[in-house]
Amino acid sequence: MAYKKRLDGRKFDQMRDIDIKLGVVANADGSAQFSMGRTKIIAAVYGPKTLHPQRLREADKGIIRAYYRMLPFSVSERKTPRPGRREIELSMVIKEALEESVFLEEFGQAVIDVHIYVVQADAGSRCASICAATLALADAGIPMKDFVASVSAGVVDGEVVLDLNYQEEAYEDGDVVDMPIAYVENLNKVTLLQLDGKATEKQAIDALKLGIEGCKIIKGKMQNALKQKFA
Amino acid sequence: MNMTRITKGAKQLISHLAEEKKRIDNRGFDDMRKLEIEYDISDQAEGSARVKLGETEVYVGVKVGLGTPYPDTPNKGNLIVNAEVTPLADEEYEPGPPRDWEVAIARVIDRGIRESGSIDVKKLCIKEGERTWEVFVDVYVINDDGNLVGAGGIGALAALKHAKLPAYNKKEDKIDKEGKRTKAIPITAEPIPISFAKVGSHLFVDPKKEEVQNATAHLVVTVDEKDRIVSLQRQGSEGLTFEEIEKCLKTAIKQSKIIRKQLA
Repeated sequence: MAYKKRLDGRKFDQMRDIDIKLGVVANADGSAQFSMGRTKIIAAVYGPKTLHPQRLREADKGIIRAYYRMLPFSVSERKTPRPGRREIELSMVIKEALEESVFLEEFGQAVIDVHIYVVQADAGSRCASICAATLALADAGIPMKDFVASVSAGVVDGEVVLDLNYQEEAYEDGDVVDMPIAYVENLNKVTLLQLDGKATEKQAIDALKLGIEGCKIIKGKMQNALKQKFA
Repeated sequence: MNMTRITKGAKQLISHLAEEKKRIDNRGFDDMRKLEIEYDISDQAEGSARVKLGETEVYVGVKVGLGTPYPDTPNKGNLIVNAEVTPLADEEYEPGPPRDWEVAIARVIDRGIRESGSIDVKKLCIKEGERTWEVFVDVYVINDDGNLVGAGGIGALAALKHAKLPAYNKKEDKIDKEGKRTKAIPITAEPIPISFAKVGSHLFVDPKKEEVQNATAHLVVTVDEKDRIVSLQRQGSEGLTFEEIEKCLKTAIKQSKIIRKQLA
């Protein structure tokens, strides 16, 4: 059976509704809440600040540390508060998705901490986390080369789709491919690329193209949100 | 040998050679190193393998036990992939909790095998909601000369293919240690991870350690026997262009066929 109509009625190339709030954490240097459908993320930035211990410092550039965590009540079965392997790995790939866009050479010896919490999970949480983190960095006034926009593309039962929700990720009547992507338009670079599922070469390429286009749309929305706050 | 000492000059050397279409060990950009596989390195394991990819060496063992299914997947068995880079593997590694990149090695191998659906975990379930087989795949890096995911992933598949489930005593609900082992692990696809490193503007397949250390971007493309991409993972401080990714997919499909022929 082919995937004729999406389970939540969206078009194949349509992402879920995005909602952005800036400055949601009073104490932080920058913060944002990013929602994509039911997936909701909160991110806060502290820094640039002096890095301790000293041996971790880099003389001519700053470093980013990212911490991705899921709140225990963000998923249907309570998640233990202790970070698991998934969170450790995602923290790393999120940091690496952001790194190239930040002018780290301006912050020798310093660190920028990005703390990310998943409040409500409905698939695509790492992508929404990257968007939330980017917005928090921008809200903190940290100079960046461009927005890092992120969305998942994929294949549901042979059909290439944008921004899978949990229902689609769990679709059982056909194969599902989930391909989280982050894209930096000014650099023309893909800075997050993962894939789960089974995709033909053509499906992988088509999904990548669709994801990149989706990232361009998200970048526009992030730009607008910042303009509204700082205009 | 202390690699950090020679790393400084290495980047220039790698880039310089690359301009002449050469690599530090004279391979082509798209050539893998020599692969050696030895099976049954531990008779205590349900399946095991030693894989050498050039000078990179990993030991992989499969252990099988009885467990209970997770509440959200009552009809599925459990498969857990763990990876560790031991202090044997290089001077720079010290004992301690796993670092994030080490966790990522395990996760990428795990995704290539388990989340790609290459093991039929439903067949590992003995009684729905109550009893399942638990399959542990432990990847240990013995010597690090780059491409740990590649060597580890090949080793994991080799060990799983050679593993046999223990006999199950249904009456007493326990493993019958004397019983005959007849059942194989239900493997439905054969995913092979192919790694790339980008140094300067050059992309190398199956990178050696010096290439890994000087790379700004890494990509692992896992391909099954039907040429399907079953897992992707980009890492490193810089992104990749669409064209670079496209090229890696093509090379990975080609190289995975060559590796698969060597897996008995």
